[in-house]
Amino acid sequence: MVNKRLIINEKWCKGCGICVAFCPKQVLVLKKGKVTKANPDACIKCGQCEQRCPDYAIYLEKVEEGAN
Amino acid sequence: MASELINNTMRLRNLPHIWCPGCGNGILMRDVAQAITNLGLDRDKVVIVSGIGCSSRAAGYMNYNTLHTTHGRAIAFATGIKMAKPELTVIVITGDGDSSAIGGNHLIHAARRNIDLTVVVFNNNIYGMTGGQFSPTTPTGSFATTAPYGSIDRTFDLPTLAMGAGATYAARGSAYHVPQTTKLIQDGIAHKGFALIDCMAVCPTYYGRKNKKGDAVKMMTWQKENVVLKAKADTMTPEELEGKAVIGCFRNEPEVPEYTAEYTKLIERLKKA
Ligand SMILES: Cc1ncc(C[n+]2csc(CCOP(=O)(O)OP(=O)(O)O)c2C)c(N)n1
Ligand code: SF4
Ligand SMILES: [Mg+2]
Repeated sequence: MVNKRLIINEKWCKGCGICVAFCPKQVLVLKKGKVTKANPDACIKCGQCEQRCPDYAIYLEKVEEGAN
Repeated sequence: MASELINNTMRLRNLPHIWCPGCGNGILMRDVAQAITNLGLDRDKVVIVSGIGCSSRAAGYMNYNTLHTTHGRAIAFATGIKMAKPELTVIVITGDGDSSAIGGNHLIHAARRNIDLTVVVFNNNIYGMTGGQFSPTTPTGSFATTAPYGSIDRTFDLPTLAMGAGATYAARGSAYHVPQTTKLIQDGIAHKGFALIDCMAVCPTYYGRKNKKGDAVKMMTWQKENVVLKAKADTMTPEELEGKAVIGCFRNEPEVPEYTAEYTKLIERLKKA
């Protein structure tokens, strides 16, 4: 199974809040105008945030088996 | 630092883009990149042509052959490219103003000829770049800097306009509905003939603010709650569809002769004569 990791690129985040609003598991919050993972363990790696981030600032990255 | 898709399709040195926080254009530009990627097209055989407007800035970010032209003329430039090199896949990214106000004539004639272009409209129902003037797709009654008492104009429905002019593929997508819109763009690119995909964008800065639609999240939530897929809409009554927006493919007619193919045939015929 391919594992996935949720990555945030703070430099590109403009704090619009779209990912926060449409994450089905309330993983994300805005802190000082940037998205952060408030509840990372709840993430189901669905990619809803990545699909709708207008700034490409949040995405799932494939990780090799064994890495975290 | 970006996803595989963004790394493979965008000019990273030009990112982050200039669009406002929550602007739908970024989502739609990603849909176009995903559609091209899904089709497995060779980057060197893809051309992105845009006009002028916030939406048209997309040509600067996408890592293909790109041409950022003049206001309203993207389809005219794209027609020239396709006539000179029919083997290229030519995609126009344009705004509602760019494609249907100043550029409306190019749009209808490209549709009439059925030339193999894919026109993706980032339709935010306003002139974003110049500060919020109304466009041919601004809903009647909506406010704009040039409609301080509400617009009295009736609107263009872009897929209907394109079909009326002869387009052989016409569809509508929306910023919220990413997989559906990506597929509609993908099918439009694969279609051999004129294709238009009207993509509902969100402009929180001008359309949203002028019309008290709330922030980007609120505008996206409106799409989530009020956009109906065509298959579902076909089973609904006009009363049930009141105030809703329908996305999906409205026409896909692959058998109609395509313009550059006909032109090539003409050249072959005259060579023999
Ligand atoms: C010939 C010409 N006329 C007018 C303008 C000014 N102008 C620039 S963008 C624009 C409208 C853009 O609206 P739209 O195509 O909907 O793009 P958006 O910015 O909303 O994405 C206008 C009128 C121009 N650049 N060139
Ligand atoms: S003005 Fe509107 S369309 Fe232009 S970048 Fe800002 S939100 Fe997007
Ligand atoms: Mg516009």
